Amino acid sequence: MSEIPSDLKFTKSHEWVRVEDDGSLTVGVTDHAQEALGDLVFVEVPEVGATLKAGEACAVVESVKAASDVYSPVSGEVQEANEALAEQPERLNEDAYGEGWIMRIQAESDAELEGLMDAEAYGAFLEQES
Amino acid sequence: MPLHYGSQIEEHHAVRRDAGMFDVSHMAVLDLKGESVRPFLRRLFANDVAKLKIAGKALYTCMLNDDGGILDDLIVYFLTEEHFRLVVNAGTTAKDVEWISAGARDFGVKVREREDLAMIAVQGPNARRKAAVALDSELSEQAAELSPFSATQWGDYFVARTGYTGEDGWEVILPKQRAAEIWDRFLDLGIDACGLGARDTLRLEAGMNLYGSDMDESTTPLESALSWTVSWEPEDRRFTGRDALEAQRSEGVQRKLVGLLLEGRGVMRAHQRVVVDGIGDGEITSGTYSPSLARSIALARVPAATGSRCEVDIRGRLQGARVVKPPFVRNGQPCIDL
Repeated sequence: MSEIPSDLKFTKSHEWVRVEDDGSLTVGVTDHAQEALGDLVFVEVPEVGATLKAGEACAVVESVKAASDVYSPVSGEVQEANEALAEQPERLNEDAYGEGWIMRIQAESDAELEGLMDAEAYGAFLEQES
Repeated sequence: MPLHYGSQIEEHHAVRRDAGMFDVSHMAVLDLKGESVRPFLRRLFANDVAKLKIAGKALYTCMLNDDGGILDDLIVYFLTEEHFRLVVNAGTTAKDVEWISAGARDFGVKVREREDLAMIAVQGPNARRKAAVALDSELSEQAAELSPFSATQWGDYFVARTGYTGEDGWEVILPKQRAAEIWDRFLDLGIDACGLGARDTLRLEAGMNLYGSDMDESTTPLESALSWTVSWEPEDRRFTGRDALEAQRSEGVQRKLVGLLLEGRGVMRAHQRVVVDGIGDGEITSGTYSPSLARSIALARVPAATGSRCEVDIRGRLQGARVVKPPFVRNGQPCIDL
């Protein structure tokens, strides 16, 4: 069973979101998603300064099996991207909620964040999916 | 066989660096018996079993239809003058048995599918040394003497020094009811269980075609980098598909199967479009990430005039690739410049 930290928010496309102290949001893909993808071999992170819409493809995670898009959970501007993943994509497999983060984004508003699932809802969603 | 038992990449490295094993019991073992089995197979296969002069020797060949299309690729073992053994692909077994049986009648050859047998491939630089301990000592002694591409029998056990990874190793055919026990023995001896995912990256690095992906009935050996398996001499050996191949050869082969090495990041995948500047388009037939090279490699069918470079349409973006001659990796070592 994959890990679901209780302090995060989740999307149906298996991204996670953490609210940082400065109000920005850190985004990654969930442990469940990395497990389903298998060994990652390439990660393409978004460009810093890019403006994203909620649901827009912003990154690509590619495993030995297949390439998958990562979708931005909220609309906003990319503040920081985890460039280290380009050299060490396996970090995402090893630590999806920590070292494997994808980007930090400044959301336009709180509204989209409110619409995301909490850990309990995401857990139920995974059970329903399987 | 599952896709992986844990990490596909670690399983891949286990075979390149140490020892790994695959449960390939889905492949079919066909025993062909009869006085005229050799003349029959000289007719049936594009490669010539006349090359098999020593008992236990193996030969890789394509079996063609009348149009020269590849019905299957397989390994044929010469056991005795009245007994040859074939190991064929799982997905084509029913078709193969039907095709072979139809031809066998005229030669008085009996075809028997050995559903009572299982097959475990142990592969890697340390595979033979580790696996030997699990075998009966008599079989183990016989197997230790095997030169590459040959096999030995001991009752219903059969050990061949063959494989689909580009590494040294054995393919062990054994009674089905003993397979789980031997598998567990191999595990205890430090041979890692490997899945279909690693099997695919290993065979692709070794530049070996996969039936159904890199070739099928719509392609001939001449378009599949398998011309070396077609035995044209002697000229009077009229194997099935020969007329079509001769016609294709004299008209000029239009397409070829080549290896590709992606220059940048990303992974080439089957069915992606290959663009050859000024010449035309081709298609990736198998593509993957090569764990040994840390780059993407592929096999692609491209126009015959393709030179040393092309581009691949990866998710809507054209990326440069170098045309190379497989294998990409053999015996743990890269065979191409990166």
